Amino acid sequence: MSADTHLPKDAAPGGTELIRFDRVTKRFGAHTVLDALDFTVSAGKHVTLIGPSGSGKTTILRLLMTLLKPDEGTIKVGDAYLTHEEKGGRLIPAGEKHIREVRKNIGMVFQQFNLFPNMKVLRNITEAPVHVLGLGKDEAEERARGLLDLVGLTAHLDKYPTQLSGGQQQRVAIARALAMRPQVLLLDEVTSALDPELVAGVLDVLRDIARTTDITMLCVTHEMSFARDISDDVLMFDAGRVIESGPPEKIFTDPEHERTREFLGAVL
Amino acid sequence: MNTWSWGYVGDILPDLLKGLGVTVEATVLGSLVSFALGLVWALALRSPSRWVTWPVGAVVEFVRNTPLLVQLFFLFFVLPSWGLTFSPLVTGVIGLGLHYSTYTAEVYRAGIDGVPAGQWEAAVALNLPRRRTWTAVILPQALRRVVPALGNYVIAMFKDTPMLAAITVGDMLFQANTIGATTFDYMEPITVVGALFIVISYPTSLLLRALERRLVR
Ligand SMILES: Nc1ncnc2c1ncn2[C@@H]1O[C@H](COP(=O)(O)OP(=O)(O)OP(=O)(O)O)[C@@H](O)[C@H]1O
Ligand SMILES: [Mg+2]
Repeated sequence: MSADTHLPKDAAPGGTELIRFDRVTKRFGAHTVLDALDFTVSAGKHVTLIGPSGSGKTTILRLLMTLLKPDEGTIKVGDAYLTHEEKGGRLIPAGEKHIREVRKNIGMVFQQFNLFPNMKVLRNITEAPVHVLGLGKDEAEERARGLLDLVGLTAHLDKYPTQLSGGQQQRVAIARALAMRPQVLLLDEVTSALDPELVAGVLDVLRDIARTTDITMLCVTHEMSFARDISDDVLMFDAGRVIESGPPEKIFTDPEHERTREFLGAVL
Repeated sequence: MNTWSWGYVGDILPDLLKGLGVTVEATVLGSLVSFALGLVWALALRSPSRWVTWPVGAVVEFVRNTPLLVQLFFLFFVLPSWGLTFSPLVTGVIGLGLHYSTYTAEVYRAGIDGVPAGQWEAAVALNLPRRRTWTAVILPQALRRVVPALGNYVIAMFKDTPMLAAITVGDMLFQANTIGATTFDYMEPITVVGALFIVISYPTSLLLRALERRLVR
């Protein structure tokens, strides 16, 4: 499999580009976390971001989810800018309506699950399809049941999140994100908060989704064997830049950069 | 020095219980006003517009930092001269509700702040509209947390209701005072009023603590 994730200048032939970061800079105070970052992700690809702590991986996902705003540069999802809208041939900062429209394409699963504790499992999953997509209650519940089946939790649909284990909660969170049928699924260390014995169940569900759907995945993980299994491409970050990218076989066995070697030496 | 007379207590009890009814009524209605108004303040103070937060903040601070009794007098004596006339009880309910709304606003603020940032982020990730985020996600979680603190203010308000006697609301203290003024014997009426306050507020506070244990798990 070839590297369909590159710097924009050598944009991929074939696979349609779904995400494009163009000279994206993000600062927190005086600290520049992302420095004119460029990268693209093709539709349907599973891309893993690796890199040392603080290298900006979470920041990238949060920018895509519009939980953060870039200081400079543009982010494109499909044909639309996430951060800007085009008016009269000029790019202006995007309004709420525009952002909501583009954001429909993106779903996210969080490290801490972030399920709504005041809603039962089923309603956690139907809430947004009903109130954002305008699905009828029955249709939304049917969709939710299908997804609960996929993540192996049909028996728990009538429970509150706190009555579930961390691994079960995270699988509900995955179902909740998928219920919106996003094109892109963002996964930020989704197993880091779990007890070790619960990790495998969540990763199995994600492997399943990666295999059976054409959803694009952007994944931050420290589970290197999982990354190797599902990734089409691995992006190695350091200090807010992509220092190396390629298929997992290449990156994990024969990295070009010393920094990548050091990093993998420390985590593998 | 007169001695305690149970017979006298028996005679005045019906009037005092009538006063207790008024006291409870003022507390319940005043609480409802303070719950609703406090929530309005708390939400308004989160508005992105300074044209909302600044005036609301000023009003809330002003009301919180002036004495309730002065506010009651203002409502009772000044409003009628502007053509706004209410019964003493309604005036008292407005006064209590307004005054305590500045405290409940603070309670709601803390409750809303206590909802983890991850809940807002999940709502964004699901593209929930702002309104829906408030009504379905944030407020249900925030309100659950604030029930015990709101309850404490209900008890505090209950104990402030004797101030309504000053604007001629027929509450317990007003009744006791009226009785004393005719019999020249204040000991029993005032003592019974104190006892009735304890009989109501102490069990209520125990109930609240039990509720708190249930809600904040
Ligand atoms: N809200 C914030 N305010 C200030 N600094 C922040 C904020 N969020 C992130 N940072 C800083 O930005 C840098 C990148 O953070 P980020 O969370 O993206 O790293 P990461 O690659 O996800 O690291 P990790 O592997 O530890 O999760 C870090 O130095 C972090 O301290
Ligand atoms: Mg991170």
